[in-house]
Amino acid sequence: MSQDHHDHPHHHHNEDDHSHLSEMDVRVRSLQSLLVEKGYLDPAALDVIIETYEHQVGPHNGARVVARAWSEPEFHDWLMRDATAAIASMGYTGRQGEHMVAVANTPQTHHMVVCTLCSCYPWPVLGLPPVWYKSAPYRSKAVIDPRGVLADFGVHVGDAVTLRVWDSTAEVRYLVVPMRPAGTDGWTQAQLAALVTRDSMIGTGLALPPAAAAGAAA
Amino acid sequence: MNGVHDMGGMQGFGPVRPEVNEPLFHAPWERQALAMTVAMGACGQWNIDISRSARESLPPAQYLGSSYYAIWVTGLEKLMLQRGMVNATELQTGRADTPPLAGVRKLDGPQTASALARGSASTRDIDVPPRFAIGQRVRARQIHPTSHTRLPRYVRGHTGTIERIHGAHVFPDTRVSRPLPPFVDEAHWLYTVVFDGRDLWGSAASPGLLVSVDAWEPYLEAVEATP
Repeated sequence: MSQDHHDHPHHHHNEDDHSHLSEMDVRVRSLQSLLVEKGYLDPAALDVIIETYEHQVGPHNGARVVARAWSEPEFHDWLMRDATAAIASMGYTGRQGEHMVAVANTPQTHHMVVCTLCSCYPWPVLGLPPVWYKSAPYRSKAVIDPRGVLADFGVHVGDAVTLRVWDSTAEVRYLVVPMRPAGTDGWTQAQLAALVTRDSMIGTGLALPPAAAAGAAA
Repeated sequence: MNGVHDMGGMQGFGPVRPEVNEPLFHAPWERQALAMTVAMGACGQWNIDISRSARESLPPAQYLGSSYYAIWVTGLEKLMLQRGMVNATELQTGRADTPPLAGVRKLDGPQTASALARGSASTRDIDVPPRFAIGQRVRARQIHPTSHTRLPRYVRGHTGTIERIHGAHVFPDTRVSRPLPPFVDEAHWLYTVVFDGRDLWGSAASPGLLVSVDAWEPYLEAVEATP
């Protein structure tokens, strides 16, 4: 295992040098063919899993949930009361999202979600987590210095705002509903969804300003 | 276990470094590692708590020095070795030299999409009422189990407030106690317990910080109301 990656900040995300990459590539190929040969693994199942998480499930799902909550007060209430059912009604269910809770940012409270113990993340609405979410810096810092984490993301939240951090230590998964940006009155849900970033639904970002949607929203 | 996976409140790891336009996978093997880990999770020879336990009990330096998907691959190999599903030579060669272990379930391609969409609920019906009520003050127990637990170190011994009750969920600490099926399936009430940042980190805590964990009832004890 490569243990020197902290000395090479320019490689910081992959954490692996090329020899390690190819070593892992060989190891995983060999593991896969062994498991198929032993009859434990159906390659067709792998294809479905990859297709699901690479192309179908992702933060665009969560963005639709948030845009709908911004647009329909009854849906917002349902989402706050029973997020599992409200989100399932839009077709987003399953693994790592069996028990959902949604928390809404307000001018008084900013929510942030972390899993300090591993990598728990609401897959049906956000897809697979980014590397930083699973990294030691985020997992260690979010609960003790969330304002420092926000600064790492270039986000400032005023000192008067309560920082509310949710550590996902059980099977409940949390979705942050960011504040709706000003200047979006009358926007369609599709237009609004284009402003809802993945990070804004984790709490390490904010929804984009309307100007950011120019050319982006259909 | 007081392992390095229990990172909340540790210092010195440096800034969080979000990657602009991060790809979903950083190498082809990560894609296969994700898919294999999910598919083998349905094999019936372990449960999610046992697989978490396998990852977090890796040697600390190895855990910290590995990318997350590398931890998953190592954890998967470890689980299969422990159960005799594969042996070390087979892992090295990628070729089977022993018959497969009997009774291993295989996730078939056609059933995969519905299995992913269904997931696996951790809630159970239990016939005892919750011991704690919303708004009640509770203390996270000062415990240091040597096996798997989901009570992070940074809240142990601290007092917080019950904010939500999530129903009864399968209890990870006992779910790992029998490594093979049938697994222990003991459920306890699960609560969101919120702590004041100053109680966890002292007076230098970030202003207005509140931190919650989801804690099963056995992790908590009642606190006498102070006048």
